[in-house]
Amino acid sequence: MVRTEQDIKLEKKVSQTILASQQTPAVGEAGHTGEWRTKRPILHTEKCLVVKTGKLTCNLCWLYCPENTVSRSIPPKFNYDYCKGCGICATECPAHAIEMISEKEAPSCEGNEGGN
Amino acid sequence: MVIKVSELPEEEMILPGTRLCSGCGIQLAYRWALKALGPKTIITNPASCSTVCGGVGGYTPLKVPAFYCCFETVAANAAGAAAALKAKGQDKDVVVLAWAGDGGTYDIGIQGLSGASERGDNFIFACVNNQAYMNTGIQRSGATPYGATTTTTPILGKQQLNKNMRKIMEAHGLSYIAQTAASHPRDIYEKFKKAREFNGKGVRYIEILGTCPPGWGFPTDQSVHMARLAVETGYWPLLERIEGKLIISQPSKRYLDKSKRKDIREFLKGQSRFRHLKEEDIKIWENYIDAQWDEIREELHKQGDI
Repeated sequence: MVRTEQDIKLEKKVSQTILASQQTPAVGEAGHTGEWRTKRPILHTEKCLVVKTGKLTCNLCWLYCPENTVSRSIPPKFNYDYCKGCGICATECPAHAIEMISEKEAPSCEGNEGGN
Repeated sequence: MVIKVSELPEEEMILPGTRLCSGCGIQLAYRWALKALGPKTIITNPASCSTVCGGVGGYTPLKVPAFYCCFETVAANAAGAAAALKAKGQDKDVVVLAWAGDGGTYDIGIQGLSGASERGDNFIFACVNNQAYMNTGIQRSGATPYGATTTTTPILGKQQLNKNMRKIMEAHGLSYIAQTAASHPRDIYEKFKKAREFNGKGVRYIEILGTCPPGWGFPTDQSVHMARLAVETGYWPLLERIEGKLIISQPSKRYLDKSKRKDIREFLKGQSRFRHLKEEDIKIWENYIDAQWDEIREELHKQGDI
């Protein structure tokens, strides 16, 4: 169906009404929660079991992250925009490959513009 | 049999950047429960910590529809949603999840849950138990264990034992009852998968121990460790009851033997809410755990499993 200008106007109006009455899923609903962090996790790849074996077998950091900011990949990557720095990954890592370092010593968080 | 990490699905139902506290045990449980149930889920949620996860204004981190209701109506709302799905003929592929805290289950929501269980409404009721009203500022609830200090039991701690909600639900004769902890995400995943298979067989009740760093008083990085200690000391056995038959889950099986259980002091000393406990209080805890396991062993013996 070819949309006319009138159709588009109506669709926009409808979508705006829906948006006003219901919530849409969004990443970072509470803003950049990475700003809450005082310590940041750093991965020592030479100790990491996933890097060592080259297989997605351990991934306990991904399993236990409440915030879903660790990826299941080789090597595991942290999403520093939203990582709240709880340190569960560092405690649970069986190879002690994750270290929590002070945010002061770490390079500043990118895209650090504040919440919504 | 516990599922392998590599076999778990990739799709996330909770997007990063939520309002929940750093190191929240509830969020971990929520993440895995929704991963197990998949995108075709409707949540009803009373006032609880999980409501904070719902977001403010036009945006939410949840990818599935959620309905936020009053404390006492969570089971009634879920029953209504389930009835609507049945009328539309969608009850086979869409599942309703009532996700309540311990206040919404043990204290305020118990009448709705009991009524729905008796009527046999078709939904999963998950109680995520962090053992006090954490969201409103750590007040005592029916689930708070013996001796725990809260803002309403400030000096001596709670002087009563907690309610045994699992037994109350067992008395309702539900088709599926399970108990799990935030330290075992794979166990949570499997139990929610199983609860979904019991579609059409009334209310399925799952209770999850969710840790709370500010409420229990431990550093955020100990969140999973504390829940695991609760399992390893035998305080929180992981089990399920399928059609009346009691089954101890794999991670908890070895704690049937008392010598394999860790000392409960390890669990209690790690949290500031139990800081003031004396030796006689710890005796009460030990007796509670022993009595719990004696009961389990007796029942397994009756069933002929050991």
